[in-house]
Amino acid sequence: MIADIGKGAAVLFVAAIVQVTLLSQIDVFHGAPDLVLVTLVAVALLRGTIFGAAAGFGAGLVVDTATLQTLGVTSLLLTIAGYWIGRYGETTGRDRTHAPFVSVAVVTLLYSLGALVLHYMLGDPASASRVLLHAFPFELIFNLILTLPVYALCRRLFRPPPSGLEEVQLLG
Amino acid sequence: MAGLLVLLSIALITIYFRESSGGGLHQVQSAGATVLRPFEVATDRVSRPFRDAYGYFAGLVHAKSENKRLRAEADKWRQLATQNLYASSANADLRRKLHFVNSRAFPSGYRSVGADILAQPSSAFELQVTIGAGSNSGIQENDPVVTDEGLVGTVVRVANNQSLVALLIDDATSVSAIDVHTRARGIVKAGGSFDHVGKDQRVNEGDQLVTSGWKEGDLSSIYPPGIPIGQVTAVGQNEVDLYKHVQLQPFANFKTLSSVLVLIPKNR
Repeated sequence: MIADIGKGAAVLFVAAIVQVTLLSQIDVFHGAPDLVLVTLVAVALLRGTIFGAAAGFGAGLVVDTATLQTLGVTSLLLTIAGYWIGRYGETTGRDRTHAPFVSVAVVTLLYSLGALVLHYMLGDPASASRVLLHAFPFELIFNLILTLPVYALCRRLFRPPPSGLEEVQLLG
Repeated sequence: MAGLLVLLSIALITIYFRESSGGGLHQVQSAGATVLRPFEVATDRVSRPFRDAYGYFAGLVHAKSENKRLRAEADKWRQLATQNLYASSANADLRRKLHFVNSRAFPSGYRSVGADILAQPSSAFELQVTIGAGSNSGIQENDPVVTDEGLVGTVVRVANNQSLVALLIDDATSVSAIDVHTRARGIVKAGGSFDHVGKDQRVNEGDQLVTSGWKEGDLSSIYPPGIPIGQVTAVGQNEVDLYKHVQLQPFANFKTLSSVLVLIPKNR
């Protein structure tokens, strides 16, 4: 468990730094890939709700700190996203091949909507058409492209826990 | 646990939002950003070669499309510049002609009809041009044709809206002329020689020749007097011939002719 926390923190920290340093500079019709979100989805799918929520909170704090944005905004969104994806991974999405792609697609949309609502509530200038019509399609495509390699990497790092089932030999 | 983190996030947002820029959370964030800065710089440095390579190739693709667009734009501007140049040159030409029409050098008793040259001589053997004005403009055969430089020729055929002009340098064109300096009279033929000038008359190189515009009874020259024809370039004579040999260079430049004025008598 401790090892998982260390690996999760490292992966999400690197993802957050790469996100704020490199990927945020990509701009295709205002859309850019969100490596933090994709990595969080992969980690949450593999490690469940609590891990997902905590990872989301930590990653959000790093992003908000590095970008000097309102502290807690990204944390709130990623915490909810990590929890929800963790829940999905523990239940319906367990061992489904398409689970990472479906999760990324849905979370990308909900994350954009959530960010829009949150910024609107905080009084930040936010254009719904820019976020949802122009940026979202390209962001979704970028994120889906990232999903396969990121999920494969996270799957290597976070091996599935032992199922707990053992072979039982009936005697007599 | 997740609910706690959500509440913590909301609390962070609220406190951060309400406190001043020098508040505790802001300072913590600032300190955190300082800690993260080396990682960002390191990531930036590591990725710079890749970004530069991407930027180079992206720049090439962009440069190609930019080049195509600029070429199209350059073609458009070149066409426009050519059109402007032509319009400017035509404007200058027309201004010169207008100035000539309004000047004292323009023959009295005549009005002018301006016309563009529609067709140039098709070969060296045809020294006639087609102009874009005809009988509908009042033009008749034998009307003199001039520019501000001097005599160009004579109308030899007229249609409704076009006319054929025999140039001064045409073999068939003869114009009675006078040397404005010595008053020597003669006939300019084919725009190159000043013939029938007696040996007793004086003609010098550089003298200017103009139409003489003679009139005898009912007969008169088709050219009004005083239209510049050309400048004497060579003068000679021998004991055998009755007349002097005088060469001249017409004032009108027939190679760059683009428009002309047809002189029409006002009393016609």
